Amino acid sequence: MASEPQLEIIKGAKVLMVGAGGIGCELLKTLALSGFQDIHIIDMDTIEVSNLNRQFLFRQCHVGQSKAKVARDAVLRFRPQINITPYHANVKDPEFNVDFFKQFNVVLNGLDNLDARRHVNRLCLAAEVPLVESGTTGFLGQVTVHAKGKTECYECQPKPIPKSYPICTITSTPSKFVHCIVWAKDLLFAKLFGDKNQENDLNVHSGDADNSSKQMEDVFIRSLDENLEEYGRKIYDHVFGYNIEIALTNEETWRNRKRPTPIYIRDVLPENLPGQNGNLENCTNEGSPVSAMSSLGFKNSQDVWSLAESSKIFLEALRLFFEKRDKDIGNLTFDKDDQLAVEFVTAAANIRASSFGIPMHSLFEAKGIAGNIVHAVATTNAIIAGLIVIEAIKVLKDDCKNYRMTYCLEHPTRKMLLMPVVPFEANKSCYVCSETPLLLEINTHSSKLRDFIEKIVKSKLGMNCPLIMLGSTLIYEVGDDLEEDVAASYNRNLDKVLAELPAPIISGTIVTIEDLQQEFSCNISIKHREDFDEENEPDGMVLSGWTSAPTEKDDRIKSNGESSSAAIRKLDNADEVEITAGGEPIESGGLKRKHSEISERPDKEASVAHHPGSSSANQGMPQDIGDNEEDDLVLLDDSPEIGKKKRLK
Amino acid sequence: MEMDGEELTAQETALYDRQIRVWGADAQRRLSKSHILVSGLSGTSVEFCKNIVLAGVGSLTLMDDRSVTEDALQANFLIPPLESEYGGRSLAELCCESLKDFNPMVRVSVVKGDLAQFDGEFFDKFDAVVVSGCTYNTKKAVNEKCRKRSKRVAFYAVECRGSCGEIFVDLQNHSYVQKKSNAAAECILNYPSLEEAIMMPWKGLPRKVTKLYFALRVIEKFELFKERNPGELSVSDLSDVLKLSKELCEAQSLSESHIPVALLERLLAAGSREYPPVCAILGGILGQEVIKALSGKGDPLKNFFYFDTADGKGVIEDISNQSANSADGKAVRVDVANISEC
Repeated sequence: MASEPQLEIIKGAKVLMVGAGGIGCELLKTLALSGFQDIHIIDMDTIEVSNLNRQFLFRQCHVGQSKAKVARDAVLRFRPQINITPYHANVKDPEFNVDFFKQFNVVLNGLDNLDARRHVNRLCLAAEVPLVESGTTGFLGQVTVHAKGKTECYECQPKPIPKSYPICTITSTPSKFVHCIVWAKDLLFAKLFGDKNQENDLNVHSGDADNSSKQMEDVFIRSLDENLEEYGRKIYDHVFGYNIEIALTNEETWRNRKRPTPIYIRDVLPENLPGQNGNLENCTNEGSPVSAMSSLGFKNSQDVWSLAESSKIFLEALRLFFEKRDKDIGNLTFDKDDQLAVEFVTAAANIRASSFGIPMHSLFEAKGIAGNIVHAVATTNAIIAGLIVIEAIKVLKDDCKNYRMTYCLEHPTRKMLLMPVVPFEANKSCYVCSETPLLLEINTHSSKLRDFIEKIVKSKLGMNCPLIMLGSTLIYEVGDDLEEDVAASYNRNLDKVLAELPAPIISGTIVTIEDLQQEFSCNISIKHREDFDEENEPDGMVLSGWTSAPTEKDDRIKSNGESSSAAIRKLDNADEVEITAGGEPIESGGLKRKHSEISERPDKEASVAHHPGSSSANQGMPQDIGDNEEDDLVLLDDSPEIGKKKRLK
Repeated sequence: MEMDGEELTAQETALYDRQIRVWGADAQRRLSKSHILVSGLSGTSVEFCKNIVLAGVGSLTLMDDRSVTEDALQANFLIPPLESEYGGRSLAELCCESLKDFNPMVRVSVVKGDLAQFDGEFFDKFDAVVVSGCTYNTKKAVNEKCRKRSKRVAFYAVECRGSCGEIFVDLQNHSYVQKKSNAAAECILNYPSLEEAIMMPWKGLPRKVTKLYFALRVIEKFELFKERNPGELSVSDLSDVLKLSKELCEAQSLSESHIPVALLERLLAAGSREYPPVCAILGGILGQEVIKALSGKGDPLKNFFYFDTADGKGVIEDISNQSANSADGKAVRVDVANISEC
């Protein structure tokens, strides 16, 4: 209970909330009720209909408005005397720098993606402000305290990598529905409606790749006067018929696989139905989104369409794109909130699934897979928000010996639905919160600075505005205030190979990389290596040293004791544990996910990896569900190294 | 296609998209036909109301004739704190008005009167009854009325006392499909009534029952003897409460160490005040439990839940007699193909 001195601490505290979504709404309400009086809240999102089932501060009439601002107004209705400062902005914006973070006593995250979580983690470390991190998926959730020098930081454990599939599985040998979705979304949809200049692997890999891709270009180009129905049928036959025939010629591929069946439109829908299309125009209500389902009279998104129905929807959606959305064509990317896009992708994926003998799915299911939609309910968010406030108050009281990492479980473990565990101590080799250098093996004679920045600095190290130095020589920098000639020289550097830079990056050198906004820097030791395995090292460079270092295993075993291993066993058997987003394994409390289960769940981020073998390399790794629109998902780590984590004493 | 032909509307599918992905369209349909009664609008029960309205139940009926006091506002986010706005109306009326806004598809209404005065038939209208802030005798009586109905009326009691909380669940005989890896089994759980559970000899309870269970029974007994309303307590009652605690422990042959003085002191100091984070946690757990019971989906808890901020644990305790227990979990193997959603 809030005792008087505790209430004084709460009243005097200044807190920053990042995220005003599922967890955010609950959190803002609970903070206000608990007596907090100075709350700042950042959220770049606007309100959507699918938020309303749990983001209870929002109403239908708020759709399209800023979450941060509407949340503030809603909470002020029952606590008018407190101060809530909303920012309708991206937490990665430069205004939210280390000085901004320093004004707060604690930062509370209710975020939806890895990037933003890493960014906030670094700012909190730099500003030395404790961070309470959280996430939920369905009935599962977690709250963790990250305080510099006291517990591990958010990045002390490597985070799961987004699930990706080898390109050949997608283009030639799909075996699961998700493969068909990825094909429909990232290849076919992108090819037809996306940026024409984007590289696209829609062509089937046959003996003569040049030939087939050239022919494909011809097929996809629609001449101005070409009848849309004809064009649609031509595309249909090409991708579901001709391409499959080509693929079938490669006997080697099908030796141990089920052979797909080419599907031609004349066999599925024998006649052209131009008249029908004409009539249907009238069915589309003014103002409602363009939809092939409603124009064809399909209502229930939970129904699984037949091949013929899918084919009708395919043709109708294609037609509607060209007729009603022609302005968008050429710059569309798949968006799960775009009804017509979801219909097209569902239909195309189902036709392909049918060709490969894979079970077909409803639009509702397909949308979840394609849009990587996170399951979310209000109750879990409410529980997690309550736990966040409890931890936040401990932080304010500097009660660090009582910090807890708490898991909200779907099925009780040792009678517990809410299971607190002692936080982990910092990983001594964490490149973010310790100063341990990383090691990069790279071909310094062939890799360009640009590759290094894209594949390592941005994608692996999560830096926003990097600055790269060798000793005291600046090699690269991002910024608006650069002199023109300086900027030009940096740009020239981008296309130089590392060993030929003005200050050559060669084996044995140590490169310093800084992010001025995150006030974060790290060192990378460079080691030259000639060859990389295309399958397992598709980047052509390997960064190491940021996986957890082996620390005292014995300590862990001692601290866990018997009970935890029993609990771990118990959970291992509990296959119905539906951890979709990845829960952090619980030491001494004992929840450990089975990797295999998780990597087989289909409803995960589905994207094409442009390199074969990435899937097998990721086997056993939990999947990232980051970069999702949802505000409230668990994004937790679970690595094979986890057993080496050391708990705080 | 649905046999009963009652499909979710496009509007419902859009609104409930994220949760249908958790519990499936069937469960959502069942929820939308369920009727819930909440009596006693505390910070905790209001949290529950929010969750269940968002989830999309058919209807929610509120009962609480009290007028607004400072105490009632303390953990309640449904009521604007200005007398000009709340004056003259009951807690139930005020909460009803706010809750209606949360989800236009749920019918929220108010019934006036004293819960204890309603006869058994009244409860036939509901699939679940949730009570908060009433005396043990009222809880017991309502629970018995629910149990006597020809249809199953689930009964829940929830209480937040400062940093601690308790939920009691009586689903009578609850059958549900339990999913395990690739198999599904039909399970039946037998719940004791509140009185049966509370009368269980302490000596016979499992060894590691949370101390909160015993401490709350002492407080409850104390309130009963002194004819106090729930939470009408203060630290000045400590010596009387300790005396009672000692007597109960002796009568039940339980070591007094199971009921720490500090815990009793904490509960007394809290009085009727609720700690908002605990309200959120209890309201969330209770919301999930009611959703499980109404939808027949998911393993419901049996039959007490405890949360204490001091250790941060959210614990389930099964306080029922062992013979009933052994009948539990009698599972029938069901064909997996019949189960479409998880």
